[in-house]
Formats: sequence, structure tokens, C-alpha cells
Amino acid sequence: MRNTWIICRKELDSYFVSWIAYVLLTLFAAAFGFFFWTLVTVFVVEGMEMQMRGQMYPMNLNEQIIRPLLMNVSVIGLFMIPLITMRLFAEEKRNGTIELLATSPIRDLEIIIGKWLAALILYSSLLLLTALNLAFLFRYGNPDWKPLAIAYLGLLLQAGALLAIGAFISTLTKNQIIAGAATFVVCLLLYVFGWVEGFETSTWAHVLAYTSVATHFDSFARGVIDSKDAIFYLTVIFLGLFFTARSMESLRWRS
Amino acid sequence: MITVKELTKRYARTTAVDQISFEVAKGQIVGFLGPNGAGKTTTMRMLTCFLPPSAGTAKVAGFDVLEQPLEVKRRIGYLPEMPPLYPEMETAEYLKFVGKLKGLSGADLRKRVDYVCDRCAVADVRQKLLGKLSKGYRQRVGLAQAIIHNPAVLILDEPTAGLDPKQINETRDLIKDLAGEHTIILSTHILPEVEQTCEQVIIINKGKLVATDSVRNLQARARGAESVLVEIAGRNGALEVPIVQQKLEQISGVSRVLCKQQVDSRAVFEVESQKGRLVRGDVARTVVQSGWDLNELRPAAMSLEEIFLQLTEQESTEAQKESPASKESQK
Repeated sequence: MRNTWIICRKELDSYFVSWIAYVLLTLFAAAFGFFFWTLVTVFVVEGMEMQMRGQMYPMNLNEQIIRPLLMNVSVIGLFMIPLITMRLFAEEKRNGTIELLATSPIRDLEIIIGKWLAALILYSSLLLLTALNLAFLFRYGNPDWKPLAIAYLGLLLQAGALLAIGAFISTLTKNQIIAGAATFVVCLLLYVFGWVEGFETSTWAHVLAYTSVATHFDSFARGVIDSKDAIFYLTVIFLGLFFTARSMESLRWRS
Repeated sequence: MITVKELTKRYARTTAVDQISFEVAKGQIVGFLGPNGAGKTTTMRMLTCFLPPSAGTAKVAGFDVLEQPLEVKRRIGYLPEMPPLYPEMETAEYLKFVGKLKGLSGADLRKRVDYVCDRCAVADVRQKLLGKLSKGYRQRVGLAQAIIHNPAVLILDEPTAGLDPKQINETRDLIKDLAGEHTIILSTHILPEVEQTCEQVIIINKGKLVATDSVRNLQARARGAESVLVEIAGRNGALEVPIVQQKLEQISGVSRVLCKQQVDSRAVFEVESQKGRLVRGDVARTVVQSGWDLNELRPAAMSLEEIFLQLTEQESTEAQKESPASKESQK
């Protein structure tokens, strides 16, 4: 536990010392801000039009702004996650510092979980930025906070799963660009696999769609914790970290 | 302190380390010697639990590298060929991180960081980024990192590679200085380094153990018979090598005469004499009296370098004789 925290602290330090964190925070804030602005503007315009026509349909901040907004966040996450994970192991391999970690009295699993945790904390700090914008909704409106909290939980779980996959890919190469690009493509595919269900109904399509991280996010976005979906994410996290551990071990046998 | 038995590392096509056995006693400095690619780094990586051995055992302070790696790692300080530094960290911050990794904390950790900074002369770059340090400082920070938890065993992979002569001397002095407290294995392909710093030498070549002995014994072994090198030139452009050889062999005390090289009318002979017999004067007299020019006459004390070359070459020629076919396939 202590060792995991030492590794995690070191990773966080290097994220926040080397500007990676600030660049990601800025880019994320810019992208999120744009989505927030468009959704709020549409919402306001729609509301005014309805008032002018004298119609009074119920309008819902949660359904009309927060849900699509957090869906967008999970898409932005696709771009952020490879940038977060690509350096995790690839950089250690290139610097030769993997030899320091591997010859210290510390277990591989502690290294892996420490690194993954640091990546997750960095991602959480991106999510924290969104609170800044959402605070306005609470100030001027009255959204329900419970589905919002559940959606955030879903985002964290989804990110945790993709970060674990990214960590695994990062152990495969010394080259950060390769790690990042491969992670991006894998994340993207895992995101869009759900689409095949739209035109194909055979079993393989269902299986493929089930592996999609996006289909499992819907329930969270609606504000429902579906244990099936939560277990899916937890399984992917477990598998990702498991393969990372195996890959680190094989690194020793091969190198 | 370190016991290695028939340690072997095989890769898919090659055997990097082949059944090496040796022992290192507590407090010794051992030089691990071999040409590039001999298997030095692989052996060290197995000792530090970075690589698992394919066969054989290695024990450090009584703990097996495969069965109790955490215990072994606690007792080992390791400086890889490339010092494992994070370029974005400051020296003190890095040493603190490594200290924590090795299990230090609190006041103890601060004390050790101060101590190793002093000891390895990196105190003046404590607040500098590692990525901006010169090669010499990087190496010393690497050394500081290796001794931070006061390990019983220090394993140093080419600690002086790439340093300038002054830094090499400083690093050697530092290593010699550390020897009292730690058992040290250091690898190198620079021979004077071993003669200057180590008590014991382990020579390996192509993954195989060639010799293991103390430096003094190895030198003595090579000097078993005294020999002199003589360069002789014929007066009028011709020199009959067999005649020279015959004449030199007739000198009393000379046991063997070898012609080492011949260029036109000049030739170099190695004259071996029985132990304790000085034949230099007789050799010189014989040469001059026979009407040849004596160009050079010097004792051929074998340096460790020659021993090393001799040993490693012997090994490879024997291997060639044994199985020329298998060598072809290895390539």
C-alpha cells in the first residue's frame, strides 16, 4: 500500500511538473467549455421560443444539458486518455528507469496500480474542471444532483477501464507516440463497437457491441447504476491491469 | 555473500550466460571482466532480480533470487549501465524517491539523502534537474542512488563508462572508498580499472567463465616464466630466422625462443627463460657477437590485458576446434 502510494505520488509529480497536466487541463477546459456553451445556448433559445409561442413544455436541465454534456465528456476523454497513459511505462523503458523500479523491493503490482491510480487522479482532476461550469447550472437553475453524481461515477469507471488498457499498451513499446496512437485507436474502436448492433443482429454483433465501453455508459448517463454495467467496467479494469502485469513479467523474460 | 551456481540465461536463439559459477566473500571488490557482449550485464541483471535465470541458482546474502526476490532486492544497490534517472526530477527529490522505494522514511531518509549527497559529491547539484546534469554528475547521482539504503551488496555495471579521465579517477576512488562497507561487483571492459580497484577478477567470455582468481595470482600466473622481447636486425638486409633461433636457444637458461614477427630483415623474438635466471645480458652479447643489430630488448611482463586476451582467445580457438559447425549456425 505504501509502495503503491510512493509510485502514485511520483507519477502525479511528473504529470504536474512536466506541464502535461496543465496542457491537458487547458485543452480539456477549452473543449468542454465549447460544448457547455453550445448546449446552454440551445437550451436558452429553445426556452425563449417556447415562451413566445405560449407553450409550456417542462424543460429539464438534467436531460437537456447535463446528459448530452457528459456524453461529450466521455468522447473528449477518448482523446485525453492516450495522452495520459502513453508515457506511463514507455517513458520508464526509454529512460532505463524501469530497471530501478524492477530492482527495488517493491512488487510489480504495486508499480502498476500506483501508475494507474495516478492516471485516474489526473483524469479526475479534468472532471473536476467541469464542476466549474456546472456550478452555474446550480446557481441559476435547479438540476437534480443525484443523476449527475452517478454519471460522474460512470465517467470515472469508463476512464478507469480505458486507462488500464492504455497502461497495458504502454508496456509494449519504448515509443510514447506509438503507445499513444495505439491506445487512441483501441479506445476509439471500443467506443464505436456498439454501432454494429444498428445494422447487424447476429450473435457476433451483440458480442462485439457488448465489448463497447459506450453502450455501458448509457445507464450511468441516465442516472441509473446498473450493476451489469458497473461490473463490465470493473472487469475491464481488472483485465487491463492483469495484462499489464503479465506484460511487465514477460519484459523480464525477454529483455 | 554472493553464491552463483551454474547460472544460465538462454534466449530464443542464443545463450547469453552459460553455467557460470563463482563466489564472492563479504567486503570484497570483484571485477567482472569481459569483452562487450560477454554476458556481464545479463549476469548482473540476474543477480539484481531484474532477469530471472533460465537455470542454475544465484544467492545474495543467503536469499535466492528466484524464491525471495524482495529480500535480495533489499540488500542490493544497483547502478545499471545507463544511470536510471528521471530527467524532470531534481537530484535531492530523486534520491528521496529512491530512498522511499527502498523502504526508508522520515528522519532516516533525510539523513541518508544528506549522507549520500556528501559521499558522492553531488551536494552542489541538489536542486538541479537531473536532465541538465553533466555525464559525470549523472554517474555520481546513479552511484548515490545505489547506496542510499546502505545495501550489503553493490552491483555496478560499467560505472566509469563515458567519463573523462579525471572523473574516472574520482569514481574509482569513491568505489574503493565504499569497499569497506559493501561487497562490490563491478563490471568493466577496461583492464587497468580492475588492476587498480579490484582484489578479485572474474573473467567471462561469450557467456562462459574463463577464469576467476585474485588479481595478484593472475599476474603471477602469467609471470611464471620470465621472458624478454628482442628485436634483431640483420646487417646487410637479410636475417635468417632459424639461425637466430638456434643461437639464442644455445644460451644457458633459455628454455624457448619464439619468433613473434618478422618484417624484412628485422624480427622480434620472445626469449623465455627458466624461473630466476636472468638471460638478458647473454642474449645481448650473443646477438652482437653474431653480427646482428640489437634494436630493442625489453622484459615481457604480461599485463592483465595480455592475460585477458590470451585467456579469451584460447577459449574461442578451442571452441572453434571443437565445433566449427555449431559456431556457424550461431551466426
